[in-house]
Amino acid sequence: MPAVRGDGMRGLSVFISDIRNCKSKESEIKRINKELANIRSKFKGDRTLDGYQKKKYVCKLLFIFLLGHDIDFGHMEAVNLLSSNKYSEKQIGYLFISVLVNTNSDLIKLIIQSIKNDLQSRNPIHLNLAMQCIANIGSKEMAEAFGYDIPKLLVSGDTMDVVKQSAALCLLRLFRTSQEMIPSGEWTSRIIHLLNDQHMGVVTAATSLIDALVKKNPEEYKGCISLAVSRLSRIVTASYTDLQDYTYYFVPAPWLSVKLLRLLQNYSPPDDPGVRGRLNECLETILNKAQEAPKSKKVQHSNAKNAVLFEAISLIIHNDSEPNLLVRACNQLGQFLSNRETNLRYLALESMCLLATSEFSHEAVKKHQEVVILSMKMEKDVSVRQQAVDLLYAMCDKTNAEEIVQEMLNYLETADYSIREEMVLKVAILAEKYATDYTWYVDVILNLIRIAGDYVSEEVWYRVIQIVINRDDVQGYAAKTVFEALQAPACHENMVKVGGYILGEFGNLIAGDQRSSPLVQFQLLHSKYHLCSPMTRALLLSTYVKFVNLFPEIKHNIQEVFKQHSNLRSADAELQQRASEYLQLSVIASTDVLATVLEEMPAFPERESSILAVLKKKKPGRVPENEIREGRSPNPAPSANHTEAVSHSKPSTVSANASADLLGLSTPPASQTAAPSNTGMLVDVLGDMYGGQQQTQQNNSFAAAQSYNPKKFVCKNNGVLFENDLVQIGVKSEFRQNLGRIALFHGNKTPFPLQNYETTISSPGDLGSKLVIQVKPMDPVLEAGAQKLQVLNAECVEDYIDSPSMNISFIYNNVPQKINVKLPLTINKFFEPTEMNGESFFARWKNLGGEKQRAQKIFKATPPMDLVAARTKVMGFGMQLLDGIDPNPDNFVCAGIIHARSSQIGCLLRLEPNKQAQMYRLTVRSSKETVSQEICELLADQF
Amino acid sequence: MQFMLLFSRQGKLRLQKWYVAHPDKLKKKITRELITTILARKPKMCSFLEWKDVKIVYKRYASLYFCCAIEQDANELLTLEIIHRYVELLDKYFGSVCELDIIFNFEKAYFILDELLLGGEIQETSKKNVLKAIAAQDLLQEVSYGDTPIQL
Repeated sequence: MPAVRGDGMRGLSVFISDIRNCKSKESEIKRINKELANIRSKFKGDRTLDGYQKKKYVCKLLFIFLLGHDIDFGHMEAVNLLSSNKYSEKQIGYLFISVLVNTNSDLIKLIIQSIKNDLQSRNPIHLNLAMQCIANIGSKEMAEAFGYDIPKLLVSGDTMDVVKQSAALCLLRLFRTSQEMIPSGEWTSRIIHLLNDQHMGVVTAATSLIDALVKKNPEEYKGCISLAVSRLSRIVTASYTDLQDYTYYFVPAPWLSVKLLRLLQNYSPPDDPGVRGRLNECLETILNKAQEAPKSKKVQHSNAKNAVLFEAISLIIHNDSEPNLLVRACNQLGQFLSNRETNLRYLALESMCLLATSEFSHEAVKKHQEVVILSMKMEKDVSVRQQAVDLLYAMCDKTNAEEIVQEMLNYLETADYSIREEMVLKVAILAEKYATDYTWYVDVILNLIRIAGDYVSEEVWYRVIQIVINRDDVQGYAAKTVFEALQAPACHENMVKVGGYILGEFGNLIAGDQRSSPLVQFQLLHSKYHLCSPMTRALLLSTYVKFVNLFPEIKHNIQEVFKQHSNLRSADAELQQRASEYLQLSVIASTDVLATVLEEMPAFPERESSILAVLKKKKPGRVPENEIREGRSPNPAPSANHTEAVSHSKPSTVSANASADLLGLSTPPASQTAAPSNTGMLVDVLGDMYGGQQQTQQNNSFAAAQSYNPKKFVCKNNGVLFENDLVQIGVKSEFRQNLGRIALFHGNKTPFPLQNYETTISSPGDLGSKLVIQVKPMDPVLEAGAQKLQVLNAECVEDYIDSPSMNISFIYNNVPQKINVKLPLTINKFFEPTEMNGESFFARWKNLGGEKQRAQKIFKATPPMDLVAARTKVMGFGMQLLDGIDPNPDNFVCAGIIHARSSQIGCLLRLEPNKQAQMYRLTVRSSKETVSQEICELLADQF
Repeated sequence: MQFMLLFSRQGKLRLQKWYVAHPDKLKKKITRELITTILARKPKMCSFLEWKDVKIVYKRYASLYFCCAIEQDANELLTLEIIHRYVELLDKYFGSVCELDIIFNFEKAYFILDELLLGGEIQETSKKNVLKAIAAQDLLQEVSYGDTPIQL
């Protein structure tokens, strides 16, 4: 047992020794239980304990808690200690309270009272103890109780320096708990001026506080920029002897320097040319110092020096305005890439990732490609290899894509399991993004499946199929390549899926070659059939029935497969159904019908790559989980989709495969024939899209005579647009660039046919010329219980306001009926989401600051503010929601481009909720005033 | 900084300081997972790792691991030096500090940490000033105890 210093508690030391001597977990627990019983009896006993005893027992309880046991008593005794006039007892009391915070309301009042007393003390040690406790607990109650005292302590002239330091950080902690408690007005300038304080410790603590306040209110604290720059300038030009004890291993005030550099990253580069020049001088000096010989061999010296350097580089990247500094930063990081310190290599790779995204330094980063590739292959630590992969991904562009993708593929063969899945996504994205020749793209993806098939997620192989279907120049090549790949004796199931799908669609393109004749193709695929999971088998069955159409000569062989017991009577219902339906189809249907039903899949709507969305999802914080929105992602099994065309004319399969609808394909499985049931049918068709929600809507509609709320379609594309007792009109729309396709499902809810069913479009003012709509006419009779599809094609010619409506008229029971419905065709539908980083966002934001470009609305939240719901709405609005850009995490920042026939209008948006006032402020900036206003109106109307 | 943990090579937790409010259960879970993760790492590996939504910075001193969780935008290298400064302070106070000093005087280890960091931010970077504050505390204890005999 080591000697105990000064005031040590012997009883505690004995107890700790006992615990350490316990040979087993059981004996330790026994000893602890004995002690707990002892303490409990002491606390409950008749004999009053003196301060020392209380302190000792409370300390023992604390030790037991730190060993990982729960402590459910002793709080009261600890609170008693707070008011002890012996410092050591008070201190232990505070320690117990801080570690075992219990928001038990009775106690918290007592604790607050004790803290209040200590805050009145003139002894700085007591004052600090009290503030440490406030900061340790940092609860709402604390913020309420001390929100007034702490700021006063901070700026008062007669407060001692040590107390100011604590007060600054204590206030910071309370501010994080409760944002409302920031002092404003005259406080602002007094707090900012702490940056000028004589005492370095005070400045360091104050800088942390100011950094947090600035994030909340950048405008108000703008004055701190010039003060921070001059403070920084004084430090970087100081010699290490100037700052005495604030020099750390020959580095002058590294903590303060880093904090000041961080603080400046909350703003764009200073407007004042003098301040800006001084800041750049500082940054240059820091870069210069990096080249000087080290003043010490200790790692502490190099760490502190480089900490400042990396923070300076972060600021340079953030400012993104000095090409010279950016390139110098890049060269410096390049040197670190071959440093022998793993930590430096790791950080250099990480920083370079950011540099790669700046137009000024992108090229400079590319110079280090070889070293980075080496890092990916040779680093011993997987977290460093991961950084190298990230950097390669960031530095990739058209010029080096082939090489980088090839290197990543090579590395993938031996890569760590933990990073394979992400690497697969990255390779897939790069290949798609930079493909000039799509045969290369197909090769890369098939290689991915070959090398790392297990890590190729559905999104990746769905995507290759989408792309092949959409590009006819690559279809023949794809068919040939998958055919060759399938000849490997062992190939991954994902390869069978892709191969099956592609041959089913495009096998005919290679059938001319005897080596890949229809029969050979079929036999090759079928040789894998028995090794595959039911899902893949189902997909293959669809391929086979497609073969029936493509290659009538092997129809017989295929029918044999359908007839096999293992298929026709498969235990798997899906397989059984497919086998029997396909068999019937191949027997009964005429060639013409077959050709129609089994025709080639239509092109997929081109939207943001779905794999990109998955990658974003993997990177936490950057993109919200529900990023994958309707119509953006080809999520559900393509096997189901594959059969969709097949099941076109068969209502029974329509409902079974309703999930195919989710695919956002251009042909919703609307029934062409009269449906057997009445209203239930509507639910079937749209059902799976909305799940339970739709169900309740449906039920509610019986209660409410009419449900119609066009507003809600501003932020969503699908749903029930209108419903009354007679009809239900569902909508499902998709948009691509300046084109839109709106599917309206007119459903007759009555047991009688609706006669003279007619629809016309009406566009107010000159809207008709700005938004051109083509409608296919409808049959004049809507049968009882039936649902009919009407497709509208819309083209945005130029930007517009408002939206067109549809007049629907029909005769029910000899009574003419008229309905007018606003179509969900507001201008925001033509948004293309735009991803951008903070720097470019704020640069553009500033550029669009003109009077004629802005629109702003401040409005009250109705119903009460719900940020989660708000987020969903903002995301549905069509712009890209950019997370992590606005310093205030509650704010929403978005970017998007409106596509019209001949113009594109970039649009930026910022929505600031003020929870306390229950108000929103919405600001929209775009190059056109009318657009800004319309977008502002549309979105503001949603809250 | 969100929290700091000190644990031994055997995975025993020696000190924990949380600067964010988490329920006890979650704290235990985080602690357990982190100790396992870090103990599994080899000596020459990088001192930083991405873990959930925080960055972990850790360093081993003799038999003890010091581990900090910091925000995404915090400075990793300087966090290593916060750890080092803390070790220096412990060393100065206890005189060649070892794990046992921290076990038997855990409350002192807490008091020293509270002078260095407050609410997860660095409060005082000067070694001299922190030691001065701790010495003042000790003095206060001895003064008040001068007249009472120490009991068991």
